[in-house]
Amino acid sequence: MFDALTIAVAVAALGLAAWCAYAAFRDQPTKDWHLIGMALVGVAALVQLVVGIVRLAQGDDPHDSATVFVSYLVGAAFTLPAAAFLSLTERSRWGSATAAAGGVVLAVLQVRLYDIWNGTSG
Amino acid sequence: MADTERPGRDRRLTSGPGRLIVTLYGVVTVGAISRSAVQLSTNYSEAPLAYTLSAVAGLVYAVILVALVRGSEGARRLALVCCTAELLGVLAVGTWTLADADRFPDQTVWSDYGMGYLFIPLLLPVTGLLWLRRSGREIRPGSSPA
Repeated sequence: MFDALTIAVAVAALGLAAWCAYAAFRDQPTKDWHLIGMALVGVAALVQLVVGIVRLAQGDDPHDSATVFVSYLVGAAFTLPAAAFLSLTERSRWGSATAAAGGVVLAVLQVRLYDIWNGTSG
Repeated sequence: MADTERPGRDRRLTSGPGRLIVTLYGVVTVGAISRSAVQLSTNYSEAPLAYTLSAVAGLVYAVILVALVRGSEGARRLALVCCTAELLGVLAVGTWTLADADRFPDQTVWSDYGMGYLFIPLLLPVTGLLWLRRSGREIRPGSSPA
């Protein structure tokens, strides 16, 4: 369940990044639809935070420390709201580029979360 | 470009391309500081040099981040100095980790020129320096900053 959610958020975040990067490429600021997209993926990251904490409460242990795990979950949940805010206050292509960077950061956090949960790498 | 400027704060460095650069500095600041905080507090003895260097990198990033957000001419110069230090740091530490790997049982943010971070630690100071130079040139010839 947790892994499926991690992969889903990572893929959605990359899609969002590509979409916003395309807007930046076309010299456009983020539009309502981009923000709705960020909201949806952001909610998914929030659900992931809740699921992760519930799993910890049920006694599941991440491979790495629980503190690091929760820090990454919180960071992931805050990434897109921050990116949305930064792109809303910069109404140019660079706001879209910033939102795209937010999507990439979220995807990277998901990869790290996968490793922290499963212990696939040090 | 920015017509809703708040008085008392120069937004020159955070608008346009600066928005992306400041965001990336925010990400690496949080990343480097939180990473080194965890490592220094849980297993300092394992790789003290590596973890201390990561903490120093985090502090340099934090200074640049604050300077960019403040955006005054003095802050811009401070950011120039710190970006230069950052570039020299990543080159020096990158070389050091390759030449003397035994001293580094664990990675630093600047290990192997920031390879573990997609070379962002190497690319960011270069981008930052270019941006700081360009935004400095814009105000120099007589035109006072808005």
